Amino acid sequence: MPVYSEKVMDHFQNPRNVGEIENADGVGELGNPTCGDIMKIYIKVKDDKIEDVKFKTFGCGAAIATSSMVTELVKGKTLEEAEKISNEAVAEALDGLPPVKMHCSNLAADALHLAIEDYKARKEGKGPIGRVETPEHDEDEHDLLEQA
Amino acid sequence: MKIINFDHFAATKMRQEVKDAMEPYFMSEYGNPQSIHTLGDEPREALSKARLQAAELLNASSNEVIFTGSGSESNNLAIKGTAFAKMDKGKHIVVSKIEHFSVLNSVKSLAKLGFEFTEVPVDKYGSVDPQEVKNALRKDTILVSIGQASNEIGTIQDIKEISKVVHENSAAYMHTDANTSCGFTETDVKELGVDMLSAAPHRFYGPKGVGLFYLKKGIRIMPLIDGGIQEFGRRAGTENVPAIAGAGAACELAKKELKDRILHLLPIQKAIKDGVLNSLDEVYLNGHPEKRLPNNLNFVVKYIEGESMLMWLNNNGIMVASGSACTSKILKSSHVLNAIGVDAALAQGSLLISLGEDNTLEDAEYFVKELPAVVEKLRKMSPLYEEVMKANKK
Repeated sequence: MPVYSEKVMDHFQNPRNVGEIENADGVGELGNPTCGDIMKIYIKVKDDKIEDVKFKTFGCGAAIATSSMVTELVKGKTLEEAEKISNEAVAEALDGLPPVKMHCSNLAADALHLAIEDYKARKEGKGPIGRVETPEHDEDEHDLLEQA
Repeated sequence: MKIINFDHFAATKMRQEVKDAMEPYFMSEYGNPQSIHTLGDEPREALSKARLQAAELLNASSNEVIFTGSGSESNNLAIKGTAFAKMDKGKHIVVSKIEHFSVLNSVKSLAKLGFEFTEVPVDKYGSVDPQEVKNALRKDTILVSIGQASNEIGTIQDIKEISKVVHENSAAYMHTDANTSCGFTETDVKELGVDMLSAAPHRFYGPKGVGLFYLKKGIRIMPLIDGGIQEFGRRAGTENVPAIAGAGAACELAKKELKDRILHLLPIQKAIKDGVLNSLDEVYLNGHPEKRLPNNLNFVVKYIEGESMLMWLNNNGIMVASGSACTSKILKSSHVLNAIGVDAALAQGSLLISLGEDNTLEDAEYFVKELPAVVEKLRKMSPLYEEVMKANKK
């Protein structure tokens, strides 16, 4: 049984909307290199709609696939609609993720929301927000095994 | 598509000779080796033969070889078995920072019962300085457990010198985890001077589900599985006769072929090492440049993550492993890379290769040809790489 669903593999192997947007209206960068995932999402906004969206991701298969999926889900959507998309919804759209990946690598919607926040902050002259570090997993391996 | 196994630390294909040695004990000679009646005769003979084959590989006596269920079990038996047998003498154990989890988690479990342990550091190549082991010894040290070679970075330790230091300066037992090294480097217990040694036949073309444990005559440990008198009372439970027979056959092959195996592996290892280091920027080799196993390579590829590299290589038919957090199942990057001073972010780009007898120079060439495109693809979408490129332009 493969670790990842066919949809995850498709988005991993053929990621949609990879790249950066020059002069983006909002950028959301989220993650922690120590944990192995950094997602950076660029948005171009017109009339409160996400006109264009691109991403760059440093991370595992799930991190790349969720980034790709979230860009596909929100392209052309209003900011309000995009804000409602959750990490869980992204995972669901990919036919699920292995349990261990649900928390660590499933941050694409958060990165998108950060990009929207950054867009709003810039409009108010308060941006850009810059990279937001997520906390490290600092549990002891041995304790984790005991809990499992 | 051809499948290239560059992950032999996970699994090796059993040799035909091993399978043949196991075959009779599934059905035709299914008896229990402890039976006095005729059904026990052949299985008993099989156990005794396997024990001799294992003893010869390790340069031990037959009655010093115990079959367990895995390499991890052998490590648990060495550590917990010693701790429980010697707790009246002391409660302190010395290990290194780069031991396998079956060693590190054994001492951590014991720590919850009141034992204490010291993790000696390693240098940037992953070598343990015998002097550091000496410094860590206490009056109440009952055991020192240092692996013969790292299962991640391949660095081979000077176990002979460490054993000498331990025995000259303490009453502690000396154990070495040879689960990764046995079958790929010399594991002569007399030469090494150890009291206990663990080995894993599935790493050298034997079956899974069986481990080897060398226990020097006179060394006192407490069994972890109590019951009957199997395995000299050190490991109760009806013996896994087919697996043990297979383990014995794998040991005999290892002894006979060790030198040829090394000669076969070294040029492949070198071709991969040179090819990767020459064809890619910002890639580093981990582990000792010379004192390392002939079948292991560990690289850090900067700015990308190991699991995605592994998955792309898998797409091309090349099976590798990684020490990145995402591949670890516990979401922490390799403690071994951490111990040799590799930055936690860089450790995400870990690429772990372990070779075996089915690999060829053509495999190495194919890998070296395929890797740069994978790395480039992932770097192109890496925000870390983007940052570095922008900084370089300025």
